[in-house]
Amino acid sequence: MNSIALLCILTCYLAMLFYIAHWAEKNGTSKWTNNPYIYTLSMAVYCTAWTYYGSIGVAADSGLNYLPIYLGPVMIAPVWILILKKIIRIARVNKISSIADFISLRYGNSRFLGAIVTVICLTGIIPYIALQLKAISETFHIVTKTTISSLLFADTTTYVAIALALFSSYYGTRYADASEKRKGIVTAVAMESILKLLFFVIIGVYVTYYVFDGFDTIYTKASLLKSFQQKNTIGGLPQAINWFLLCVLSMFAIFLLPRQFQVSVIENNRESHINTAVWLFPLYLLLFNLFVYPIAWGGNILFQGHKVNSDVYSLLIPQFFNNTTLTVLVFLGGFSAAISMIVVSSIGLSTMLTNNILIPYNLIGNLKGNEQTISSRKILNTRKISIFSLIILAYFIYRYFGLDYSLVSIGLVAFVIISQLAPAFFGALFWRRGSRLGAVYGILIGFIFCIYTLLIPYATGLTNSGDTFISKGLFGCHLLKPFQLFGLDYLQPVPHALFWSLLFNTITYFAVSVSFKGNYRERNYAEMFVDIDKYITNHENAFIWKGTAYRNDIEKVLVRFLGLNRTRRAMTIFNTKYNVDSNQELADARLIKFSENLLTGHIGTASAKILISSVVKEEKVTLTEVLKILEESKENIILNKKLTETSNELKEITEKLQNANAALISKDKQKDEFLDTVTHELRTPITAIRAASEILHDDEEIPSELKKQFLQNIISESDRLNRLIDKILDLEKFETGKQTIHPEHYNLVATIEKSIEPLVQLIKNKTITIEKEYKEEVMAYYDEDRMIQVITNLLSNAIKFCPEQQGVITIKIVQDDTFITTFVKDNGKGIHPNDFDAIFDKFYQSNNQNIKKPVGSGLGLAICKQIIEHHKGKIWAEPTKEGACIVFSLPKTKLENSYA
Amino acid sequence: MKKILIVDDEPNIVMSLEYTFKKNGFEVFIARDGQEALDIVKTTFPDVIILDVMMPLVDGYATLEHIKKDPHLTHTKVLFLSAKNKDSDIQKGLALGADAYLTKPFSIKKVVDQVFELLPT
Repeated sequence: MNSIALLCILTCYLAMLFYIAHWAEKNGTSKWTNNPYIYTLSMAVYCTAWTYYGSIGVAADSGLNYLPIYLGPVMIAPVWILILKKIIRIARVNKISSIADFISLRYGNSRFLGAIVTVICLTGIIPYIALQLKAISETFHIVTKTTISSLLFADTTTYVAIALALFSSYYGTRYADASEKRKGIVTAVAMESILKLLFFVIIGVYVTYYVFDGFDTIYTKASLLKSFQQKNTIGGLPQAINWFLLCVLSMFAIFLLPRQFQVSVIENNRESHINTAVWLFPLYLLLFNLFVYPIAWGGNILFQGHKVNSDVYSLLIPQFFNNTTLTVLVFLGGFSAAISMIVVSSIGLSTMLTNNILIPYNLIGNLKGNEQTISSRKILNTRKISIFSLIILAYFIYRYFGLDYSLVSIGLVAFVIISQLAPAFFGALFWRRGSRLGAVYGILIGFIFCIYTLLIPYATGLTNSGDTFISKGLFGCHLLKPFQLFGLDYLQPVPHALFWSLLFNTITYFAVSVSFKGNYRERNYAEMFVDIDKYITNHENAFIWKGTAYRNDIEKVLVRFLGLNRTRRAMTIFNTKYNVDSNQELADARLIKFSENLLTGHIGTASAKILISSVVKEEKVTLTEVLKILEESKENIILNKKLTETSNELKEITEKLQNANAALISKDKQKDEFLDTVTHELRTPITAIRAASEILHDDEEIPSELKKQFLQNIISESDRLNRLIDKILDLEKFETGKQTIHPEHYNLVATIEKSIEPLVQLIKNKTITIEKEYKEEVMAYYDEDRMIQVITNLLSNAIKFCPEQQGVITIKIVQDDTFITTFVKDNGKGIHPNDFDAIFDKFYQSNNQNIKKPVGSGLGLAICKQIIEHHKGKIWAEPTKEGACIVFSLPKTKLENSYA
Repeated sequence: MKKILIVDDEPNIVMSLEYTFKKNGFEVFIARDGQEALDIVKTTFPDVIILDVMMPLVDGYATLEHIKKDPHLTHTKVLFLSAKNKDSDIQKGLALGADAYLTKPFSIKKVVDQVFELLPT
């Protein structure tokens, strides 16, 4: 296939990835970008070109040795539920954006430590990126059957590298806050993980079932090869120790590699996604490794006697059979594996480089200065440039140093270097005493051992000038042979380097941590890291800080990096979360921590601390004080919980009391109003009596007819007074519960007839027609005397409100399963809907009443309501087309006698 | 002949007042509520109005306010006659511009004296 065609395919392929990244970035909240499968697949960035090509090489050349790199992660995966969850929580609450930030924060926002971690990562990973570029470049030339051009710009793969660098720097730096999620990149990486697995499985099936006749055939044919037996044995205890150490190495790598930290911690959306990753990730690795062996040995069989690079068997086999499509697919799979690693790693490294070296060491402008030399824009640009330069640098390393080692060995060197972070990293999670000094010296010592046992021998190997150094040791001293240090001669170089470097690293870390106590800040973070679950919701509370700080100053700093709007929003959130008055001038420890957090994503933990401390006056806190405060805060948290519970209870009780009080006040007011009305109602007849009596008393010339009229008035007003007093007492009895009723089984129809009887004359006088809509017998439980009182009252009202001519009163009884309902309806003026409830209040005189004066006491309906409610029934006014309609319903169930 | 308007919704009270003022040489008009009173004053321009406070529709206070606004009734004296006898009620009535406030139950003699006192001689 010619270069142009392959370049076109590559361009289309890259365009597709661009599109996916673009789409995912736009649909950041879609379930397609937020699910545990995308998360797990993005973790498969672990499988690089090294897995894709290198594993086959190892399997072909040295048998099963490719396996430990995958066994480690598989073995450690179940523990993710505990450890990874913890790491994610810590990173989330502290807005951590890289492993350098993570370690530096735990050891007291240490700028130096952050820088060391960054250097370690750069040292390990840049050659590793170079390796991926080498894989892309070499496979490109294999597919196109061209040779690498010695002229840099004549080589097409140079342009591929530049395109990759542009893609990464564009999509890797969408936000100034590096702790923000990069949905676009993650989704694209997940897609690549699917493709690389798919294409690898396709070539695997092709080799196993089309080139050969299944696993058996390959095994039978391969076992005839002369080196087969020797390559495919575990090889005794020393080899087992090698295996064990390689497993440990890959276990560390899955946590510590910057790209793994990036996808599994920084880009994690939900903790629950881990639950899926725990089984799906090992499954992915298993699928990937299924066909490594058949392809490797299939290649060995096909190409025996030829000198070919076993790393690229998967390309050579389809090419051998002239299957161009398959060759290109395999190439694209490898390309996917390589670029996902390059992109994610370079993002991680650039964040570290800017946030942990360039910004805190004032390399891109003065952090503390008054002039705004560092801004969000500048940080973003720096990250863009550093991603681009890292990739280009890696490409140069590949071009000018050749990297003549196999894919696996350089990858493993990177693993060993990164593993130096393990003691400090895992110590941060579980050991409170681990100190900054311990971490610094541990990492440095470990790194020195790495250099001596791995980097120098590999470098001298590259230049072929230091052979005696490897074979005879430094100064010819046997104990200092880099691959057999201190006489340890049965380990392979990588496990050997891992063993010594990690041993001394760990010892140093523990020894220094135990001998020299860390400062209070370290101890503070130790507590917050180790006990993250306790502090997760209010972690700002666990931060200890003493001194004077003004909100204004802090806000100014925040505005510089976050902008005015985001700062305001953040401050509002803070004020609400901790119930702080926004006018408060002084800042407390919580605000300091909150602000440091806000800045951390942008400029890293160390710079955040430096920046905040430049605008506040901090006082020293002694270690004992910290321990004391932490102890107290632990107790406080428990106490707080109890207090919250108690305070909730109190709140409830207060609410109840308030309601009761409000009810009492309203009752009291009602009582006042009632008394007012009662006195008025009582005074009115007395006034009339008093006036009439006075006239009769003083005026002797009064005509006898008038005299009689005045005396008649006195009599009727006295009666009115008496009725009123009776009703008031009646109502009072009902309301205070002193009134008892005596329900019996009665015929409601008979009771209605009984009630109508005394009113017959009145009805005749007003020529009112009574319409009765009921059967002859409706049995119900009630107190008959009381029911007569109710019906009489309702009928009197109806008579009163009926028009002078053609008055009609309708009485209707309706029954259902539970209630007997009686309607009393007239064709008078009707009741205004606003008054439907109020007419049952005592002395209610409707404003909407259109008559001169409600004849009666104003207590009638109030008493009716009491009586009906004492029967467990209901009384209400119903809307009608014409006239008023009062309805009462009685339950069918038998009432207890003397129900009060 | 002096004109007096009695506004009250209690017919028996009105009857006593009507009899007494007629006897004292007044022309007596009667209204059962505030609305009716306002209709009557438009045509009669009474010299004195005896006004109850608690009445349906338009109460005594509102009636007084309307009367005070009417330029034809500047000479009219208004006397509240109410069962509301708390100090605050009396204060309120006088503040609204009533010329006197008497409480129920009342002495007819006192009411008559009060009316004569209000009228210009």
